[in-house]
Amino acid sequence: MLLAGCSGELSALDPAGPRAASLATLWWIMLGGAALLFALVMVLFGIAYLRPGWLSRITPMQWIVGGGLVLPIPILVLLTGAALVLGEQLLPKGDAPLRIEGQARQWAWSFGYPGGAGPYDGTLHMPAGEPVDIAVTSADVIHSFWVPRLGGKIDAIPGHVNVIRLEADEPGIYWGQCAEYCGQGHDGMQFRVEAHAPEDFAALMAGAAQ
Amino acid sequence: MSSVNHTVLGKRFMVVALTFFAIGGFLSMLIRAQLATPNSAFIGPEIYNQIFTMHGTVMMFLFAIPMFEGFVIYMLPKMLGARDMAFPRLTAYGFWCYLFGGSILIIALLVGAAPDSGWFMYTPLSSRPYTPGINADVWLLGLTFVEISAVTAAIEIFISILKMRAPGMSLARMPLIGWYMLVTSGMMIVGFPPLILGAILLELERAFDLPFFDPTRGGDPLLWQHLFWLFGHPEVYIIFLPAAGALSTIIPVFAQRTILGYRSIIAAIVAMGFLSFGLWVHHMFTVGIPHLALAFFSAASALVAVPTAIQIFAWIGTLASGRPRWDIPMLYVAGFFCVFVIGGLTGVMLAMVPFNTQAHDSYFVVAHLHYVLVGGFVFPMLAGIYHWMPHISGRQSLYRLSVPAFWLIFIGFNLTFFLMHLTGLMGMPRRISTYPSNWGWDWLNLLSSIGGFILTMGFCLVLADLVLQWRFGRRYRRDPWKAQTLEWATATPPAPYNFAALPRVDRRADMLEPAKIGPVLAGARAISASCAMASRKRWASTCSPASRST
Ligand SMILES: [Cu+2]
Repeated sequence: MLLAGCSGELSALDPAGPRAASLATLWWIMLGGAALLFALVMVLFGIAYLRPGWLSRITPMQWIVGGGLVLPIPILVLLTGAALVLGEQLLPKGDAPLRIEGQARQWAWSFGYPGGAGPYDGTLHMPAGEPVDIAVTSADVIHSFWVPRLGGKIDAIPGHVNVIRLEADEPGIYWGQCAEYCGQGHDGMQFRVEAHAPEDFAALMAGAAQ
Repeated sequence: MSSVNHTVLGKRFMVVALTFFAIGGFLSMLIRAQLATPNSAFIGPEIYNQIFTMHGTVMMFLFAIPMFEGFVIYMLPKMLGARDMAFPRLTAYGFWCYLFGGSILIIALLVGAAPDSGWFMYTPLSSRPYTPGINADVWLLGLTFVEISAVTAAIEIFISILKMRAPGMSLARMPLIGWYMLVTSGMMIVGFPPLILGAILLELERAFDLPFFDPTRGGDPLLWQHLFWLFGHPEVYIIFLPAAGALSTIIPVFAQRTILGYRSIIAAIVAMGFLSFGLWVHHMFTVGIPHLALAFFSAASALVAVPTAIQIFAWIGTLASGRPRWDIPMLYVAGFFCVFVIGGLTGVMLAMVPFNTQAHDSYFVVAHLHYVLVGGFVFPMLAGIYHWMPHISGRQSLYRLSVPAFWLIFIGFNLTFFLMHLTGLMGMPRRISTYPSNWGWDWLNLLSSIGGFILTMGFCLVLADLVLQWRFGRRYRRDPWKAQTLEWATATPPAPYNFAALPRVDRRADMLEPAKIGPVLAGARAISASCAMASRKRWASTCSPASRST
């Protein structure tokens, strides 16, 4: 029920690939931890008012050291460490089988494929079931490339090329959009992502090259 | 008009800042009206972009910072036992700069030429090829005046704290709020110049075509982001720390004991001041900076939760080990705990680079920043208004409207912004003027808009409450809350010189008895003429509050 409420074609909570799935898992873990910490603070505040006797034995040092140092520091060390490891795993490192060039301009996206192959129709075509690198840049102002169900986002900045790695589990239609405010057409900067079975993708590339 | 008195100028600052708050609030209502339904045709993107840019600009630059400056200018000399700030003419100069700069922006909004590149004005969108009109120039010009005003106020606060304290009030006896203001003003002196510099560079690019931010001619748009956030992140703490100072003053009054962990809190404030300058890149996690460099800023952003937690638990501990009583200011303090803790926790989430790549620039960030700024500034400000308004008006609160007003604000706020966390994770990016109905965002946005209007009704009730208090509130003798700081030893409303005789402080200045000191200081001329009377009352003419042992 809860998960059904979170589904949607642009929902980061409805992942369709391993990379977006690990980001969603990180979110659910952090949400659980945050809910516990929030409840702890509110319960302590409530007790201070409703049952003032209960906490009066705690010394000032215990409040400061316990609440200010002992409680947050291990949590923060653990969380920051885990996020660092996850971040390293998600980096576009080593050989990706395919690198697609993405260019943003006010207010549309275009994608180019290796060897000048492929259709130039504003749709991002990619093979499913394998990681794909998207090298993103911009022809005018700053935009941001975001396909929430396949991975995080990366900014498209004029004069820079930034690379993000995406992966889709299954062939299908996914949606992406511009996340960085880029002027009057910012609302409409969505794009289609089509993940194909690998043999279909190869055929598409070959067909377009002819 | 030509007044240089700190009480007058402090009140002027606060009235003007609250006026801008009302303007910013009105703009947010237009935003929520536009986004309530999909495919809305209420306002088009040209107007919408001006409105959200101005909402952010007004709230950050024309409301939050000047509001705290006004409060400090009004209150600081009274809390430190001084007759005025160190440089009264500079106070007046800062006020007029602020009013002038702010008016430029509002006039531009009225004629439809307001800035429309977002409140952080990213280049090259704000450069001339993509913003050919005067919209961006208005922002750069108006804001620079406001920033000059902020820097003058910061210098003045810094010097006043160091030089103007009452005899005997060493730094180690200063009320905590003095420490908060000292660190905050130091941060402003360091933090505002990068933005002033950035604004000058951008104006040079726009006016004289010098390509600082233009990648086609050797510039780099990221230079602007670094300059802006090097200011912009400390700015968040510059807004939060004074509010935390108010909380550290109000909570002991209602806990009926002095603050717990005085020295630890000072250490936490100083730590926050330094750390806040090492976090700015967490606004830039997706611009393509190498991952290990991001890790440093990620860890620093997480680390800032430690001094925050120290303060949160010191406040709770103060309540738990005192004899807490309820009153309207405490209602808002409770609201602060609830809202700000959520904002802090989502802040830690956003500090994690992988999660940030999903949440950045989505409505999750909009939710987070409102939880931090409304929780960390507006709720403490409302607590402060109910706490200190009797000092300004000389009248006590009425309470008929105060409680329903609080609940409207609290419920309205959470309904509006709690849902936005989900809206953002479901993919809604910031700053879009409309959306189709196929992404599943419709009901979330509608509920947020309803919450927004409930919130506004709450603020209107607070306004009505304050007007009624001003008109019908009961007059009172000194120190209605039994607070223990010097500002309550002045007459209420205060005389222009605050204290006829300056107090001599011989213990921590948050453990005084204003109701006893006040009359003696006020009658000091008579007393110093008659030493006999002074000694009978056991108060010297410089008035040592130590004469009663506690
Ligand atoms: Cu864009």
